[in-house]
Amino acid sequence: MSELMRTPLFDAHVAAGGQMVAFAGWEMPVQYQGKGLVVEHEATRTAVGLFDVSHMGEIIVEGPDAEAEVNRLVSNDVSVLNDGDACYAVLCHEDGCAVDDLYVYRLGRERFLLCVNASNADKDFAHIQAVALHPERIHNRSNDFAQIAVQGPNASKLLARVAPGDAIGLPRNFIRVHDWKGANLLVATTGYTGEAGFEIFIPPELATPFWNELMAAGGDLGVMPIGLGARDTLRLEMGYPLYGHELDDQTTGLEARVGWAIKLKKPNGFIGSEGLKRRQAAGLPKKLVGLELLDRGVPRTDYAVLQGTEVVGKVTSGTHSPTAKKPIALAFVRPDLAVVGTELAIDIRGQAKKAVVVPYPFVTPGSAKA
Amino acid sequence: MSVLANLRYTNDHEWARDEGDGTYSVGVTDHAQEALGGIVYVELPAVGTRISAGGRFGTVESTKSVSELYAPIGGVVVEKNDGLDVAPEAVNDDAYGAGWMVRIQPESSGEFEALMDAAAYSAHIGE
Repeated sequence: MSELMRTPLFDAHVAAGGQMVAFAGWEMPVQYQGKGLVVEHEATRTAVGLFDVSHMGEIIVEGPDAEAEVNRLVSNDVSVLNDGDACYAVLCHEDGCAVDDLYVYRLGRERFLLCVNASNADKDFAHIQAVALHPERIHNRSNDFAQIAVQGPNASKLLARVAPGDAIGLPRNFIRVHDWKGANLLVATTGYTGEAGFEIFIPPELATPFWNELMAAGGDLGVMPIGLGARDTLRLEMGYPLYGHELDDQTTGLEARVGWAIKLKKPNGFIGSEGLKRRQAAGLPKKLVGLELLDRGVPRTDYAVLQGTEVVGKVTSGTHSPTAKKPIALAFVRPDLAVVGTELAIDIRGQAKKAVVVPYPFVTPGSAKA
Repeated sequence: MSVLANLRYTNDHEWARDEGDGTYSVGVTDHAQEALGGIVYVELPAVGTRISAGGRFGTVESTKSVSELYAPIGGVVVEKNDGLDVAPEAVNDDAYGAGWMVRIQPESSGEFEALMDAAAYSAHIGE
């Protein structure tokens, strides 16, 4: 196995008691000693959490045709974005299956920022280089950005103390430039927790001093560093897909229920739109549902979903929800079973445990804007 | 993290205690509960189940992960901690007390004595 990469915040995590684990080629904190997943999860829902998301990839698309280029690459319609707007989208193979899911930020008329999953950054860039109209105007800038997410009901108060600026008070899906000690921070009102908050793109050399200042300024706001463990349970409670679980190279965004971000009627289509239409016409083989386990136990990734003794699907992500305090899962099931109230079962170590299809998000976040 | 002097331990972070009546209580160590994080479900064998030393006898689920339980000694389960059904967090709060899991009546002797003592276990977990 190749050497694990470290973010600029590695030493800060270790100093804070971070238990470092391998994730997507990076050495990241899964939780912090003396706190732990559930405490960190609750701090994000009730106060404010700091997440090191520097492992995420950043790809810049530049040039006079940047908008048309991006609109051809991704599933959502970026032509409706103004400068400083953001949207979620799927990057598709020609057949419609997902290369990755990503966030698109329109920084300017001729400059778009694509924020992609760490595990896929190299694959995405290679795909984009292979299919783009102007590959020379597209750059993998992942090494030029560290990224810190500030999430939770106290996120705005905290950021206002350290780096006030125009993003504070905006609803989801905007990006603004804030000044911090003479440096430009790109502050987006996006996140992966369901709570109000920010994802902040920052030069790597400033990541640690900025992180330390947020920690120091937020003591009375209950600020806490949050590991990957809680990052996963927070996103799962919201039903947000995680690439490799709800989306992959054999799965479309339509099956993963992010159809709202897939604009099949865009005038010129996009890479994968024809494939998606074909698959939709042929009938999708599976559909993502929320499941609540009625028996005791915890559903986990890859557990079989049963109807009677027949396997009808597979759990993609599962946990014991720290907020709802019950076992929840996302699962792909046969489309005819993807109806709220359908009674199914999950095979947990050979025992069929009762489950029911429920709507998701599984929780109502404390501070998320509508 | 605490390691109690009067218990014996396994590589897999289970403990066993000689109850002095020919039975042995079994649970997971403080080190294990700390690593697991918030425990939400403990699955244990029914009373009367025969388990073998080193064999799987149950499962602990935390929010983060699932871990198998391996028996420090073989024998028959003569009691299980039903309190963990309603309060699995007792394993986090009191791993060597209220968080006990099963009581085993051994069928052969010497298995308890062959387990690690507190000093060896402390070394095992690097303390």
